[in-house]
Amino acid sequence: MKVAIIDYGAGNTQSVKYALKRLGCEGVLTSDKEVISNSDKVIFPGVGQASSAMKKLKSKSLDVLIPNLKQPVLGICLGMQLMCNFSEEGDVDCLRIFDSNVKRFNNLLKVPQIGWNTIFDLKTKLFDSINENEYMYLVHSYYVPVLTDTVATSNYGINYSTAVKKNNFTGVQFHPEKSGSKGELVLKNFINNK
Amino acid sequence: MLAKRIIPCLDIKDSRTVKGVNFVDLVDAGDPVELARYYSENGADELVFLDITATKEDRKTFAKLADEISKNINIPFTVGGGIKTVEDVDILLKSGADKVSINSYAVKNPDFINELATNFGTQCIVLAIDAKYVDNDWFVYLVGGRVKTEIRLFDWAKEVEDRGAGEILFTSMDHDGTKNGFAYQALEKLSQIVNIPIIASGGAGKIEHFNEVFKSGNIDAALAASVFHFNEIGLKDLKTELKNNNIPIRL
Repeated sequence: MKVAIIDYGAGNTQSVKYALKRLGCEGVLTSDKEVISNSDKVIFPGVGQASSAMKKLKSKSLDVLIPNLKQPVLGICLGMQLMCNFSEEGDVDCLRIFDSNVKRFNNLLKVPQIGWNTIFDLKTKLFDSINENEYMYLVHSYYVPVLTDTVATSNYGINYSTAVKKNNFTGVQFHPEKSGSKGELVLKNFINNK
Repeated sequence: MLAKRIIPCLDIKDSRTVKGVNFVDLVDAGDPVELARYYSENGADELVFLDITATKEDRKTFAKLADEISKNINIPFTVGGGIKTVEDVDILLKSGADKVSINSYAVKNPDFINELATNFGTQCIVLAIDAKYVDNDWFVYLVGGRVKTEIRLFDWAKEVEDRGAGEILFTSMDHDGTKNGFAYQALEKLSQIVNIPIIASGGAGKIEHFNEVFKSGNIDAALAASVFHFNEIGLKDLKTELKNNNIPIRL
Protein backbone atom coordinates (compact mmCIF):
# COMPACT_ATOMS: atom_id res chain seq x y z
CA MET A 1 0.00 0.00 0.00
CA LYS A 2 1.53 3.26 -1.14
CA VAL A 3 0.01 6.36 0.44
CA ALA A 4 1.10 9.79 -0.78
CA ILE A 5 0.61 12.80 1.49
CA ILE A 6 0.61 15.88 -0.72
CA ASP A 7 3.23 18.28 0.62
CA TYR A 8 2.73 21.74 -0.84
CA GLY A 9 3.98 23.82 2.07
CA ALA A 10 0.62 24.27 3.76
CA GLY A 11 0.44 23.20 7.33
CA ASN A 12 0.80 20.23 9.47
CA THR A 13 1.71 17.36 7.16
CA GLN A 14 4.03 15.72 9.67
CA SER A 15 1.15 14.88 12.02
CA VAL A 16 -0.65 13.02 9.23
CA LYS A 17 2.48 11.02 8.46
CA TYR A 18 2.91 10.09 12.12
CA ALA A 19 -0.76 9.14 12.45
CA LEU A 20 -0.40 6.77 9.48
CA LYS A 21 2.74 5.35 11.03
CA ARG A 22 0.84 4.55 14.24
CA LEU A 23 -1.50 2.54 12.00
CA GLY A 24 1.46 0.67 10.54
CA CYS A 25 1.36 2.51 7.23
CA GLU A 26 4.26 4.53 5.81
CA GLY A 27 2.98 7.67 4.11
CA VAL A 28 5.26 9.53 1.71
CA LEU A 29 5.34 13.32 1.98
CA THR A 30 5.68 14.52 -1.60
CA SER A 31 4.82 17.14 -4.18
CA ASP A 32 6.13 14.94 -7.02
CA LYS A 33 3.34 14.44 -9.54
CA GLU A 34 4.60 11.04 -10.62
CA VAL A 35 4.80 9.74 -7.05
CA ILE A 36 1.32 11.07 -6.28
CA SER A 37 -0.21 9.61 -9.45
CA ASN A 38 1.32 6.19 -8.80
CA SER A 39 0.14 5.90 -5.20
CA ASP A 40 -2.72 3.65 -4.12
CA LYS A 41 -4.20 6.36 -1.92
CA VAL A 42 -3.66 10.09 -1.66
CA ILE A 43 -4.08 12.32 1.36
CA PHE A 44 -4.46 16.04 0.72
CA PRO A 45 -3.97 17.85 4.05
CA GLY A 46 -3.76 21.53 4.74
CA VAL A 47 -3.87 24.12 7.46
CA GLY A 48 -3.69 27.78 6.64
CA GLN A 49 -5.22 30.30 4.30
CA ALA A 50 -7.10 29.25 1.13
CA SER A 51 -5.84 31.73 -1.44
CA SER A 52 -2.18 31.33 -0.46
CA ALA A 53 -2.61 27.55 -0.45
CA MET A 54 -4.08 27.68 -3.98
CA LYS A 55 -1.06 29.72 -5.09
CA LYS A 56 1.24 27.06 -3.70
CA LEU A 57 -0.72 24.31 -5.47
CA LYS A 58 -0.57 26.21 -8.76
CA SER A 59 3.15 26.81 -8.50
CA LYS A 60 3.59 23.03 -8.52
CA SER A 61 0.77 22.42 -11.09
CA LEU A 62 -0.98 20.33 -8.46
CA ASP A 63 -4.22 22.23 -9.14
CA VAL A 64 -4.39 20.35 -12.46
CA LEU A 65 -3.25 17.00 -11.11
CA ILE A 66 -5.51 16.63 -8.04
CA PRO A 67 -8.97 16.84 -9.75
CA ASN A 68 -7.79 14.23 -12.27
CA LEU A 69 -6.59 11.65 -9.78
CA LYS A 70 -8.34 8.28 -10.11
CA GLN A 71 -7.40 6.60 -6.81
CA PRO A 72 -9.12 7.38 -3.46
CA VAL A 73 -8.23 10.88 -2.28
CA LEU A 74 -8.85 12.19 1.23
CA GLY A 75 -8.81 15.97 1.74
CA ILE A 76 -8.40 17.09 5.35
CA CYS A 77 -9.54 20.48 6.71
CA LEU A 78 -8.28 23.09 4.24
CA GLY A 79 -7.68 20.22 1.81
CA MET A 80 -11.42 19.49 1.82
CA GLN A 81 -12.28 23.16 1.37
CA LEU A 82 -9.88 23.52 -1.57
CA MET A 83 -11.71 20.71 -3.38
CA CYS A 84 -14.78 22.99 -3.65
CA ASN A 85 -15.52 25.59 -6.36
CA PHE A 86 -14.60 28.76 -4.57
CA SER A 87 -13.55 29.97 -1.11
CA GLU A 88 -14.51 33.23 0.55
CA GLU A 89 -11.13 33.04 2.32
CA GLY A 90 -9.18 35.32 -0.01
CA ASP A 91 -11.98 35.05 -2.66
CA VAL A 92 -10.21 32.35 -4.61
CA ASP A 93 -11.24 29.81 -7.25
CA CYS A 94 -10.46 26.32 -6.06
CA LEU A 95 -10.35 22.80 -7.53
CA ARG A 96 -14.05 22.45 -8.49
CA ILE A 97 -14.49 18.84 -7.41
CA PHE A 98 -17.39 19.60 -5.06
CA ASP A 99 -20.03 21.94 -6.39
CA SER A 100 -20.08 24.39 -3.50
CA ASN A 101 -18.62 27.60 -2.20
CA VAL A 102 -16.75 27.76 1.10
CA LYS A 103 -18.21 30.36 3.46
CA ARG A 104 -17.12 32.13 6.60
CA PHE A 105 -18.94 31.44 9.86
CA ASN A 106 -20.88 34.51 10.90
CA ASN A 107 -19.84 36.15 14.15
CA LEU A 108 -22.79 35.00 16.25
CA LEU A 109 -20.46 32.35 17.64
CA LYS A 110 -16.73 32.59 18.26
CA VAL A 111 -14.59 32.34 15.16
CA PRO A 112 -12.48 30.24 14.65
CA GLN A 113 -14.29 27.21 15.94
CA ILE A 114 -11.62 25.40 17.94
CA GLY A 115 -12.15 22.11 19.69
CA TRP A 116 -14.07 18.86 19.74
CA ASN A 117 -17.47 18.80 18.09
CA THR A 118 -19.84 15.94 17.29
CA ILE A 119 -20.35 14.46 13.84
CA PHE A 120 -23.70 12.97 12.84
CA ASP A 121 -25.80 11.65 9.93
CA LEU A 122 -22.83 9.46 9.09
CA LYS A 123 -22.81 7.78 5.69
CA THR A 124 -20.26 5.69 3.75
CA LYS A 125 -17.73 3.13 4.93
CA LEU A 126 -15.37 5.88 6.05
CA PHE A 127 -17.38 5.89 9.28
CA ASP A 128 -17.49 2.11 9.83
CA SER A 129 -17.38 1.44 13.61
CA ILE A 130 -17.81 5.16 14.37
CA ASN A 131 -20.89 5.99 16.42
CA GLU A 132 -23.28 8.81 15.63
CA ASN A 133 -22.35 11.93 17.62
CA GLU A 134 -18.74 10.89 18.09
CA TYR A 135 -16.43 13.82 18.90
CA MET A 136 -13.77 14.92 16.40
CA TYR A 137 -11.25 17.77 16.60
CA LEU A 138 -11.86 20.82 14.42
CA VAL A 139 -10.14 24.15 13.86
CA HIS A 140 -11.68 26.40 11.23
CA SER A 141 -13.26 29.75 10.42
CA TYR A 142 -14.75 28.71 7.06
CA TYR A 143 -17.17 25.90 6.27
CA VAL A 144 -18.77 23.92 3.46
CA PRO A 145 -22.59 24.05 3.60
CA VAL A 146 -24.65 20.86 3.59
CA LEU A 147 -24.65 19.41 0.03
CA THR A 148 -26.03 16.37 -1.75
CA ASP A 149 -22.45 15.04 -1.41
CA THR A 150 -22.46 15.49 2.38
CA VAL A 151 -21.69 12.24 4.22
CA ALA A 152 -21.35 13.65 7.75
CA THR A 153 -22.69 16.80 9.39
CA SER A 154 -21.62 18.97 12.34
CA ASN A 155 -23.34 21.94 13.93
CA TYR A 156 -21.79 25.25 14.85
CA GLY A 157 -24.63 27.73 14.85
CA ILE A 158 -25.76 26.03 11.64
CA ASN A 159 -25.46 22.53 10.23
CA TYR A 160 -22.53 22.21 7.83
CA SER A 161 -20.62 19.48 5.99
CA THR A 162 -18.06 17.84 8.21
CA ALA A 163 -17.43 15.23 5.50
CA VAL A 164 -18.22 15.08 1.77
CA LYS A 165 -17.79 12.34 -0.81
CA LYS A 166 -18.04 12.23 -4.58
CA ASN A 167 -16.65 9.37 -6.69
CA ASN A 168 -13.06 8.77 -5.52
CA PHE A 169 -12.87 12.05 -3.59
CA THR A 170 -13.59 12.35 0.13
CA GLY A 171 -13.12 15.40 2.30
CA VAL A 172 -13.24 15.75 6.07
CA GLN A 173 -13.35 19.07 7.88
CA PHE A 174 -12.16 17.54 11.16
CA HIS A 175 -8.60 16.37 11.79
CA PRO A 176 -8.64 12.56 11.99
CA GLU A 177 -4.92 12.65 12.83
CA LYS A 178 -5.67 14.71 15.97
CA SER A 179 -9.01 13.20 16.99
CA GLY A 180 -7.78 10.48 19.30
CA SER A 181 -8.47 6.80 18.67
CA LYS A 182 -11.77 7.51 16.84
CA GLY A 183 -10.01 9.80 14.40
CA GLU A 184 -7.40 7.12 13.79
CA LEU A 185 -10.22 4.74 13.00
CA VAL A 186 -11.44 7.08 10.24
CA LEU A 187 -7.94 7.14 8.77
CA LYS A 188 -7.74 3.38 9.07
CA ASN A 189 -11.05 3.01 7.22
CA PHE A 190 -9.77 5.25 4.45
CA ILE A 191 -6.58 3.21 4.14
CA ASN A 192 -8.31 -0.18 4.29
CA ASN A 193 -11.44 0.47 2.21
CA LYS A 194 -11.33 -0.61 -1.40
CA MET B 1 -22.28 20.71 20.07
CA LEU B 2 -18.78 22.03 20.60
CA ALA B 3 -17.37 20.59 23.82
CA LYS B 4 -15.62 22.54 26.56
CA ARG B 5 -11.97 21.55 26.67
CA ILE B 6 -9.83 20.41 29.60
CA ILE B 7 -6.13 21.12 29.09
CA PRO B 8 -3.28 19.89 31.28
CA CYS B 9 -0.23 22.15 31.04
CA LEU B 10 3.34 20.84 31.27
CA ASP B 11 6.30 23.06 32.06
CA ILE B 12 9.44 21.86 30.30
CA LYS B 13 13.06 22.50 31.21
CA ASP B 14 15.92 20.77 29.40
CA SER B 15 13.38 18.44 27.79
CA ARG B 16 12.02 17.31 31.15
CA THR B 17 8.80 18.19 32.95
CA VAL B 18 9.54 20.58 35.77
CA LYS B 19 6.75 20.49 38.30
CA GLY B 20 6.74 17.20 40.10
CA VAL B 21 4.23 14.67 39.01
CA ASN B 22 2.63 12.01 41.08
CA PHE B 23 1.54 9.12 38.94
CA VAL B 24 2.50 5.80 40.36
CA ASP B 25 1.89 4.02 37.08
CA LEU B 26 4.36 6.10 35.09
CA VAL B 27 7.83 4.68 34.69
CA ASP B 28 9.36 8.11 34.21
CA ALA B 29 7.12 10.99 35.23
CA GLY B 30 9.73 13.51 34.16
CA ASP B 31 9.48 12.36 30.57
CA PRO B 32 7.11 14.78 28.80
CA VAL B 33 6.33 12.29 26.06
CA GLU B 34 5.25 9.62 28.49
CA LEU B 35 3.20 12.08 30.50
CA ALA B 36 1.61 13.42 27.31
CA ARG B 37 0.64 9.93 26.27
CA TYR B 38 -0.81 9.24 29.70
CA TYR B 39 -2.96 12.39 29.53
CA SER B 40 -4.11 11.83 25.96
CA GLU B 41 -5.18 8.28 26.81
CA ASN B 42 -7.01 9.47 29.90
CA GLY B 43 -9.26 12.07 28.38
CA ALA B 44 -7.27 15.30 27.98
CA ASP B 45 -8.73 17.31 25.10
CA GLU B 46 -5.52 19.10 24.35
CA LEU B 47 -2.10 19.68 25.90
CA VAL B 48 0.08 22.74 26.41
CA PHE B 49 3.87 22.52 26.71
CA LEU B 50 5.70 25.58 27.98
CA ASP B 51 9.45 25.74 27.54
CA ILE B 52 10.67 27.66 30.55
CA THR B 53 14.29 27.64 29.46
CA ALA B 54 14.66 29.81 26.44
CA THR B 55 18.18 29.93 25.08
CA LYS B 56 18.73 29.41 21.41
CA GLU B 57 20.11 25.89 21.83
CA ASP B 58 17.09 24.93 23.90
CA ARG B 59 14.79 26.03 21.10
CA LYS B 60 16.21 23.34 18.81
CA THR B 61 15.82 20.73 21.53
CA PHE B 62 12.27 21.90 22.09
CA ALA B 63 11.44 21.43 18.41
CA LYS B 64 12.82 17.91 18.63
CA LEU B 65 10.61 17.31 21.63
CA ALA B 66 7.57 18.65 19.72
CA ASP B 67 8.35 16.17 16.98
CA GLU B 68 8.60 13.34 19.50
CA ILE B 69 5.28 14.34 21.10
CA SER B 70 3.63 14.47 17.67
CA LYS B 71 4.84 10.95 16.94
CA ASN B 72 3.34 9.63 20.15
CA ILE B 73 0.03 11.35 20.79
CA ASN B 74 -3.13 11.74 18.74
CA ILE B 75 -4.66 14.87 20.24
CA PRO B 76 -3.79 18.51 19.52
CA PHE B 77 -1.05 20.32 21.41
CA THR B 78 0.26 23.85 21.82
CA VAL B 79 3.86 24.80 22.47
CA GLY B 80 5.13 28.06 23.91
CA GLY B 81 7.95 29.83 25.66
CA GLY B 82 10.49 32.22 24.22
CA ILE B 83 9.06 32.35 20.69
CA LYS B 84 10.40 35.44 18.93
CA THR B 85 10.56 34.83 15.19
CA VAL B 86 8.48 33.53 12.30
CA GLU B 87 11.15 30.87 11.91
CA ASP B 88 10.68 29.68 15.51
CA VAL B 89 6.99 29.18 14.77
CA ASP B 90 7.61 27.55 11.41
CA ILE B 91 9.93 24.95 12.95
CA LEU B 92 7.53 24.14 15.80
CA LEU B 93 4.50 23.79 13.50
CA LYS B 94 6.50 21.64 11.10
CA SER B 95 7.50 19.48 14.05
CA GLY B 96 3.83 18.68 14.56
CA ALA B 97 2.61 21.28 17.05
CA ASP B 98 -0.90 22.50 16.24
CA LYS B 99 -0.64 25.89 17.86
CA VAL B 100 2.00 28.15 19.34
CA SER B 101 1.58 30.32 22.38
CA ILE B 102 3.19 33.75 22.55
CA ASN B 103 3.27 36.11 25.51
CA SER B 104 5.80 38.76 26.58
CA TYR B 105 7.34 39.16 23.14
CA ALA B 106 3.97 40.05 21.63
CA VAL B 107 3.39 42.71 24.28
CA LYS B 108 6.67 44.38 23.33
CA ASN B 109 6.20 43.75 19.59
CA PRO B 110 2.46 43.65 18.83
CA ASP B 111 3.10 43.57 15.06
CA PHE B 112 4.49 40.07 15.59
CA ILE B 113 0.89 38.86 16.06
CA ASN B 114 -0.10 40.23 12.63
CA GLU B 115 3.00 38.72 11.10
CA LEU B 116 2.20 35.28 12.46
CA ALA B 117 -1.47 35.52 11.46
CA THR B 118 -0.47 36.36 7.88
CA ASN B 119 2.07 33.55 7.69
CA PHE B 120 0.27 30.74 9.46
CA GLY B 121 -3.38 31.74 9.90
CA THR B 122 -5.07 32.91 13.08
CA GLN B 123 -6.10 29.40 14.12
CA CYS B 124 -2.64 28.42 15.33
CA ILE B 125 -1.86 31.52 17.40
CA VAL B 126 -2.62 31.39 21.09
CA LEU B 127 -2.04 34.69 22.84
CA ALA B 128 -1.10 34.07 26.46
CA ILE B 129 -1.90 36.98 28.78
CA ASP B 130 -0.82 37.15 32.42
CA ALA B 131 -2.63 39.80 34.42
CA LYS B 132 -3.12 41.07 37.97
CA TYR B 133 -5.81 43.20 39.57
CA VAL B 134 -4.15 46.36 40.88
CA ASP B 135 -5.65 49.80 41.66
CA ASN B 136 -9.15 48.77 40.61
CA ASP B 137 -8.21 47.41 37.21
CA TRP B 138 -6.57 44.41 35.53
CA PHE B 139 -3.05 45.05 34.18
CA VAL B 140 -0.92 42.91 31.89
CA TYR B 141 2.24 41.49 33.47
CA LEU B 142 5.36 40.15 31.80
CA VAL B 143 8.04 37.57 32.58
CA GLY B 144 5.77 35.13 34.35
CA GLY B 145 4.03 37.85 36.34
CA ARG B 146 7.13 39.60 37.62
CA VAL B 147 7.05 42.82 35.58
CA LYS B 148 4.02 45.12 35.53
CA THR B 149 3.04 47.03 32.40
CA GLU B 150 0.65 49.94 32.05
CA ILE B 151 -1.41 47.96 29.54
CA ARG B 152 -4.95 47.17 30.64
CA LEU B 153 -6.04 43.57 30.21
CA PHE B 154 -9.29 44.23 28.37
CA ASP B 155 -7.72 46.74 25.95
CA TRP B 156 -4.94 44.30 25.17
CA ALA B 157 -7.34 41.38 24.68
CA LYS B 158 -9.33 43.38 22.11
CA GLU B 159 -6.13 44.46 20.38
CA VAL B 160 -4.72 40.94 20.05
CA GLU B 161 -8.02 39.73 18.60
CA ASP B 162 -7.95 42.55 16.03
CA ARG B 163 -4.34 41.73 15.18
CA GLY B 164 -5.10 38.08 14.47
CA ALA B 165 -4.83 35.98 17.61
CA GLY B 166 -6.97 32.86 17.28
CA GLU B 167 -7.36 32.20 20.98
CA ILE B 168 -6.58 33.82 24.34
CA LEU B 169 -4.99 31.95 27.24
CA PHE B 170 -5.71 34.14 30.24
CA THR B 171 -3.86 33.54 33.51
CA SER B 172 -4.77 35.52 36.58
CA MET B 173 -1.56 35.93 38.57
CA ASP B 174 -3.73 36.67 41.61
CA HIS B 175 -5.30 33.24 41.39
CA ASP B 176 -2.46 31.14 39.97
CA GLY B 177 -1.23 28.62 42.52
CA THR B 178 -3.92 29.44 45.11
CA LYS B 179 -6.25 26.55 44.22
CA ASN B 180 -9.12 28.80 45.29
CA GLY B 181 -10.85 29.01 41.93
CA PHE B 182 -10.49 30.89 38.65
CA ALA B 183 -10.85 34.66 38.13
CA TYR B 184 -14.50 34.25 37.21
CA GLN B 185 -15.48 37.91 36.86
CA ALA B 186 -12.50 38.89 34.74
CA LEU B 187 -13.07 35.83 32.55
CA GLU B 188 -16.71 36.67 32.11
CA LYS B 189 -15.88 40.22 31.09
CA LEU B 190 -13.18 38.97 28.75
CA SER B 191 -15.65 36.67 27.03
CA GLN B 192 -17.97 39.62 26.42
CA ILE B 193 -15.19 41.72 24.91
CA VAL B 194 -13.65 39.30 22.41
CA ASN B 195 -15.19 36.85 19.96
CA ILE B 196 -12.39 34.28 19.93
CA PRO B 197 -12.06 31.23 22.19
CA ILE B 198 -10.78 31.81 25.73
CA ILE B 199 -8.76 29.37 27.84
CA ALA B 200 -9.04 30.04 31.58
CA SER B 201 -5.94 29.46 33.67
CA GLY B 202 -4.89 29.99 37.26
CA GLY B 203 -6.63 28.91 40.43
CA ALA B 204 -8.04 25.46 39.72
CA GLY B 205 -8.14 23.42 42.91
CA LYS B 206 -11.40 21.49 42.89
CA ILE B 207 -13.84 20.04 40.39
CA GLU B 208 -16.35 22.74 41.41
CA HIS B 209 -13.99 25.40 40.10
CA PHE B 210 -14.14 23.95 36.59
CA ASN B 211 -17.90 23.68 36.85
CA GLU B 212 -18.17 27.31 37.86
CA VAL B 213 -15.81 28.61 35.19
CA PHE B 214 -17.88 27.00 32.44
CA LYS B 215 -21.18 28.15 33.94
CA SER B 216 -20.21 31.74 34.76
CA GLY B 217 -19.04 33.03 31.40
CA ASN B 218 -18.62 32.01 27.80
CA ILE B 219 -15.33 30.21 28.45
CA ASP B 220 -14.16 27.52 26.02
CA ALA B 221 -11.43 25.70 27.87
CA ALA B 222 -9.82 25.39 31.29
CA LEU B 223 -6.14 24.79 31.84
CA ALA B 224 -4.41 23.51 34.95
CA ALA B 225 -1.12 21.94 35.92
CA SER B 226 -0.46 20.69 39.43
CA VAL B 227 -3.99 19.46 40.23
CA PHE B 228 -3.58 17.07 37.32
CA HIS B 229 0.12 16.28 37.80
CA PHE B 230 -0.39 15.40 41.46
CA ASN B 231 -3.57 13.53 40.61
CA GLU B 232 -5.60 15.68 42.99
CA ILE B 233 -8.22 15.78 40.27
CA GLY B 234 -8.55 12.83 37.91
CA LEU B 235 -9.34 13.82 34.35
CA LYS B 236 -12.05 11.20 34.01
CA ASP B 237 -13.71 12.10 37.31
CA LEU B 238 -13.62 15.75 36.37
CA LYS B 239 -15.11 15.24 32.93
CA THR B 240 -17.81 12.88 34.19
CA GLU B 241 -18.83 15.36 36.85
CA LEU B 242 -18.96 18.24 34.36
CA LYS B 243 -21.04 16.17 32.00
CA ASN B 244 -23.43 15.32 34.83
CA ASN B 245 -23.80 19.07 35.29
CA ASN B 246 -24.93 19.42 31.67
CA ILE B 247 -21.72 20.99 30.43
CA PRO B 248 -20.87 19.75 26.93
CA ILE B 249 -17.88 17.49 27.45
CA ARG B 250 -16.16 14.82 25.37
CA LEU B 251 -16.01 11.61 27.35
